[in-house]
Amino acid sequence: MTDRSTLPLAPFSRRSVILAGAAALALPSAAGGYTVEKARALIDEVVAEVNRIINSGKSESVMLRDFENLFRNYGDIGWIAPRVLGPPWRQASASQRSAFTRAFEGYMSRKYGRRFREFIGGRVEVQSAKTVKSFYEVLTITHMQGVAPFDVIYVVSDESERFIDMVIEGISLVKAEREEIGAMLDKRRGNIDLMIQDLNAF
Amino acid sequence: MSRFACLRRPALVIAGFLMAAACSPAPIPDGINDPHEAANRRTHEANLRLDSALFGGGAGDGDEADAAPGPLLTIVTNFASNLALPGLIVNKILQGRLEDAAHNTARFVVNTVMGVGGLFDPASQGGLGERGTDFGETMHVWGIPEGDYVVLPFFGPSTERDTIGRVVDLFTNPLSYTGARRYSFVPALADVAAQAGNRVTFAGTLNAVMYESADSYAAMRLYYLDSRRYQLSGGSATEALYDIYEESYD
Repeated sequence: MTDRSTLPLAPFSRRSVILAGAAALALPSAAGGYTVEKARALIDEVVAEVNRIINSGKSESVMLRDFENLFRNYGDIGWIAPRVLGPPWRQASASQRSAFTRAFEGYMSRKYGRRFREFIGGRVEVQSAKTVKSFYEVLTITHMQGVAPFDVIYVVSDESERFIDMVIEGISLVKAEREEIGAMLDKRRGNIDLMIQDLNAF
Repeated sequence: MSRFACLRRPALVIAGFLMAAACSPAPIPDGINDPHEAANRRTHEANLRLDSALFGGGAGDGDEADAAPGPLLTIVTNFASNLALPGLIVNKILQGRLEDAAHNTARFVVNTVMGVGGLFDPASQGGLGERGTDFGETMHVWGIPEGDYVVLPFFGPSTERDTIGRVVDLFTNPLSYTGARRYSFVPALADVAAQAGNRVTFAGTLNAVMYESADSYAAMRLYYLDSRRYQLSGGSATEALYDIYEESYD
């Protein structure tokens, strides 16, 4: 909870900050039914990796690469890409789809990677996990200097056993980027190829 | 004159408490209710120009990091937040959240006494972090709906309910009624100071959102509404996201 007057502002930092630090490495194998315990264990790993990176004392460029790997390994970009593009995904050709997915990945890394250093010296803790519909929500709290502690919910899918969204104090990465990509597509009058160029140039 | 003149009106406090007990909170909406979008967008553009003039926003390369505030800014922010705290305590009481009210009262005492009149924040280290609230939340608890989305000059994103809350909160702080009337500007000053402090603390992120988004108006609207609703729901406003999650792209 934050001071009232921080409300319009605080989430921006939270969002960027977490997105900068996202996922790493091979995933637990899918033996039998996925459970809320497994979802929590996955995010325990993610959080341990985030904590390791932000306190590693390595150079910023090395940390940024570590974060990119984390996101690639623990986040389900193949699931996220269609949902941030929304219905236009259905009309897109196979090559447009793969070009968009690649461009989106690079855009995310440039957009949020710039801010990962805000995490340095911080600390993330897993609080609790629960099942919601066919997904799992794992609640974490991030402590950073000079900012009130804030919530990040990782949403985990049992299909890929990766996280499919991060919700920072109520702001969903997938929903926010879906709106942003929608606005970029509008600027190009719905032309996906031109929008992909803009993403690559971001 | 009594130091807490407004608390000499216990009827008001009791009435508020009964409101909280008798009403159920307003439902948390999912969608965007923005019938004044054209006017809001004009205010948003004016706010961006003001921001550029005041803080040089948009001038950087978007590569600035957010950073922990420097010592002077921290002291100013601490002082402003501490002055605002009695208003939070009143709102917690009006919401019937007495434990939070007691928690914030303990914080106020610790920081006023040990934090040299609120310049420092020893309470947070002792587990007495601020439990934020405002009169907008009080109205939510009383069952008053969110209303339309609005963009306020200088303060930015808000809703009709939160705008009324901001105005009422100029009067919910008992400190406004202490001593001579000449101190009644204090809550408003604390509010503006906190806003400016946040602009500096979150400089990197805010610059990115305000000046690099394809549609900064829409982005700020989404961030404000979703974070506000998350806060008012006590941290469980993700249900609406599942419409997106459950879309099929196979």
